[in-house]
Amino acid sequence: MTIEIKTSTMKPIRNTYAHIERRFGDKPATRYQEATYDVHSTHNFHYKPLWDQDRQINDPARTAVVMGDWYDLKDPRQFYYGPYVQNRSKMQENAENNFKFFEKRGLGESLNSSLREKIIELVIPMRHAEVAANLNNMYGTAHGTGTAVTQALIFEAMDRFGNAQYFSKIGLALDGNTGDSLATAKEHWMSNPAWQGVRAYCEKTLTIKDWFEAFIAQDIVLDTLINDLYYRQFDEWLTQNNGRDLLLLMEFMQDRAKDSQRWSDSVLKVVVTESEHNSNQVLAWISTWRIRAQEALEPLASALLGDKALADAFAVLEKRLTKVGLNC
Amino acid sequence: MSRVQIAFQDNDESRYIVAAIEQDNTTAVVHYEPAMIRVENEGSLIINRDTVSEQIGMEWDVQSLHINLITLTGHIDEDDDYFKIMWNN
Amino acid sequence: MSPKKLNLKDKYKLLTRDLDWEFSYEDRKEAFPYEEFEGIKITDWDKWEDPFRLTMESYWKYQAEKEKKLYAIYDAFAQNNGQTNVTDARYVNAIKLFLTGVSPGEHAAHLGFAFTGRQMGGIGARVAAQMQSIDELRHIQTQIHAMSHYNKFFDGFDEFNHMHDRLWYLSVPKSFFEDARTAGPFEFMIAIGFSFEYVLTNLLFVPFMSGAAYNGDMATVTFGFSAQSDEARHMTLGLEIIKFLLEQHEDNLPIVQKWLDKWLWRGYRLLTLVAMMMDYMLPQKVMSWQEAWELYFEDAAGALFKDLERYGIKMPDYTDTIKQEKEHLSHQAWWIFYQYTHAAAFHTWTPTAEEMDWLSEKYPDTFDKYYRPRWELAAEMEAKGERFYTTGLPQLCQTCQIPMAFTEMSDPTQVSYRESIYNDERFHFCSDPCKSIFDNEPEKYVNAWLPVHQILQGNCGGGGLDKVMEYYHLDDGVANLEFEGSPDAERWKEWKGVA
Repeated sequence: MTIEIKTSTMKPIRNTYAHIERRFGDKPATRYQEATYDVHSTHNFHYKPLWDQDRQINDPARTAVVMGDWYDLKDPRQFYYGPYVQNRSKMQENAENNFKFFEKRGLGESLNSSLREKIIELVIPMRHAEVAANLNNMYGTAHGTGTAVTQALIFEAMDRFGNAQYFSKIGLALDGNTGDSLATAKEHWMSNPAWQGVRAYCEKTLTIKDWFEAFIAQDIVLDTLINDLYYRQFDEWLTQNNGRDLLLLMEFMQDRAKDSQRWSDSVLKVVVTESEHNSNQVLAWISTWRIRAQEALEPLASALLGDKALADAFAVLEKRLTKVGLNC
Repeated sequence: MSRVQIAFQDNDESRYIVAAIEQDNTTAVVHYEPAMIRVENEGSLIINRDTVSEQIGMEWDVQSLHINLITLTGHIDEDDDYFKIMWNN
Repeated sequence: MSPKKLNLKDKYKLLTRDLDWEFSYEDRKEAFPYEEFEGIKITDWDKWEDPFRLTMESYWKYQAEKEKKLYAIYDAFAQNNGQTNVTDARYVNAIKLFLTGVSPGEHAAHLGFAFTGRQMGGIGARVAAQMQSIDELRHIQTQIHAMSHYNKFFDGFDEFNHMHDRLWYLSVPKSFFEDARTAGPFEFMIAIGFSFEYVLTNLLFVPFMSGAAYNGDMATVTFGFSAQSDEARHMTLGLEIIKFLLEQHEDNLPIVQKWLDKWLWRGYRLLTLVAMMMDYMLPQKVMSWQEAWELYFEDAAGALFKDLERYGIKMPDYTDTIKQEKEHLSHQAWWIFYQYTHAAAFHTWTPTAEEMDWLSEKYPDTFDKYYRPRWELAAEMEAKGERFYTTGLPQLCQTCQIPMAFTEMSDPTQVSYRESIYNDERFHFCSDPCKSIFDNEPEKYVNAWLPVHQILQGNCGGGGLDKVMEYYHLDDGVANLEFEGSPDAERWKEWKGVA
């Protein structure tokens, strides 16, 4: 009898927060839902930003893309902070072991010198390009609308900063921690013709004002191409050219790119299927940035993999866009 | 000299860290508060990796300090083998 | 060849600081356009001293460990009906105030640091701000999850974010963070990074969390202390930013001093909520607001300002006012909410006889003289079934947005009242510092969304109080009014088997 009373008095008076109930009904919610939906402030803003007097502090008008509900941009991975760091922590543990193994077995010393030079010239400078990716995603976090997309953007931003550090660590693994390879790689980034297109593209993306355009230029156009060049084609090339050991050091970036693409595909798809206005706008951005990307990547892709590589990468981009319903 | 302070969550790991602090900072005063251990010292306070490692009985990474840290005052000087807070007055 | 051993500093330099480059193809000012308009002069970002040196891999590692521990406790708390272990159901009102008033501020801080983490030109400062940004996201999310279980058993939590954008007293924290976010990147860093995180955060978190610990609220203790471990890094960033700005150029000094004067006051006014929480809302008291102020401000910030003296920084001259106010603040604040609790999402009550004795002991110079008679009268009225509420709408301070109920310190029976005329319009303030903050930037503060003005203009549902309550999503007789007799109180009695 007593037990019965106890269980009935401990019955919850509600299942979740009211705004979650309004969206998903009166039932227990997931942690992702409670952590994500309607967290952005939307009403009754107090002051005008000194740096953007024409808009509110949180303003959907910071992009030309229009959404009825920005929370439609759900992250298929359902990352909120906790699962994000725990997932990346596992990946980094794996990476840490790979780096240790590489160092312990002296695998850097067994690389032939032309391969080592190639890595320093054509791979390590990616550490700088990743900083641009970090900034472009941070830009979306600061100016985007709705925690569904802004939290995923900061996860992407921090990931890319992590990538920049992993590329740097590859350099350190090759130069015995002197940092010489990083200095050389930076010279290549600054003046080697193979890199100038990419560097110009990166600098250009950092001047974009519309945060969704920055997402397109960075996470869709450039990243699709770079991912294919580095994490698929160059991966194969290393396998065939006595560079297998280096794959250990690239694993984190490769796995992460796959994971991230699931999210960015979904964002792109939801935005372009929302309206013709959106898909036209996105197409306009893509057509501009793919021309820039073509020009930017040609010398790098040829130097890294040969003349055909970039065309292959563009085919992958094409496929990706077609999949979400964008026919360029 | 102004006092610096540092506080940790009251748990097992923190007890070793606090023991190491007491060993290396003889004038430090330790306050046990609800769920929290607060340590004060005049001027500066140092946490040495080797002392904590000795206390725990295994390799201790200075940056793992962040896991149980609650708050601190003063300027920070941090390296592989120590973590120091201090005032310059 | 055996690899060279890199120490933390060298490694961090190679893995972070060295990643930036000089632009050749675009004007760097186009990429970082907001660095100059505030008048701050940066001559060399390379002089930035990294406040802490966590690489991303260490960040993921340690933060994942913290999260694992935290959520294990949340799960255990929910499974064991941890909400029944708090000292008294009155306690829960303190964390209602936290979720509705503080947590959305964490999200605002997250966005603000994302902005500075994108806009500052130096990579060292940027990365530190970015890490703080993602930490602040952690804080709002872990707080929502901690309160999620309470929300299932108590009223006043369920509409927290709807209310944050609308409810009258929540415009105090909302306008505070929006004030910072609408400023330039450096003012934001001084406002939130230094003034709030470094100087004042201990006064927010440590009392709330110790209060939770004293009152059996394990979920809050755990998220609070776990969040504080991030806060220690944030404080270090706050200190570094101010030193950096002051060392960069002497012209920065007056600007930084002006920001400090503004933001320490803004932050202090915000902490009014903490003062009343500590002195009135905790069934089991930790320490008085006055004691907390002395320990965490006068003592700790005193040392800090002594350190900053070398740059020419002075403690704001209103700190004497604060010193006097510390014996009055909580009593006056709780009285505001006591009167207006019919329009609030938490309950209030008169202090018990025992609690009044505690207040007399902690505030020997003020409580018996000014405040005890008022509470005794309120208790008497309540006993007669005439619980006191004020039905009119209060006037709000244009700057801090708290109802004008604070008194002159020279005469604590006299409400303090200041005003300024701007563009032929009269604006009202609770204090000299709030007035001078307005006078320095009137064009900014005239745009404040003042809840009472908005109600009067019909922008909050229009019509009478019932419409406003609807606009707030505040059901009368549920989350509002006196604690005694509230659904919360009734449920608590049922759980505890008290008739």
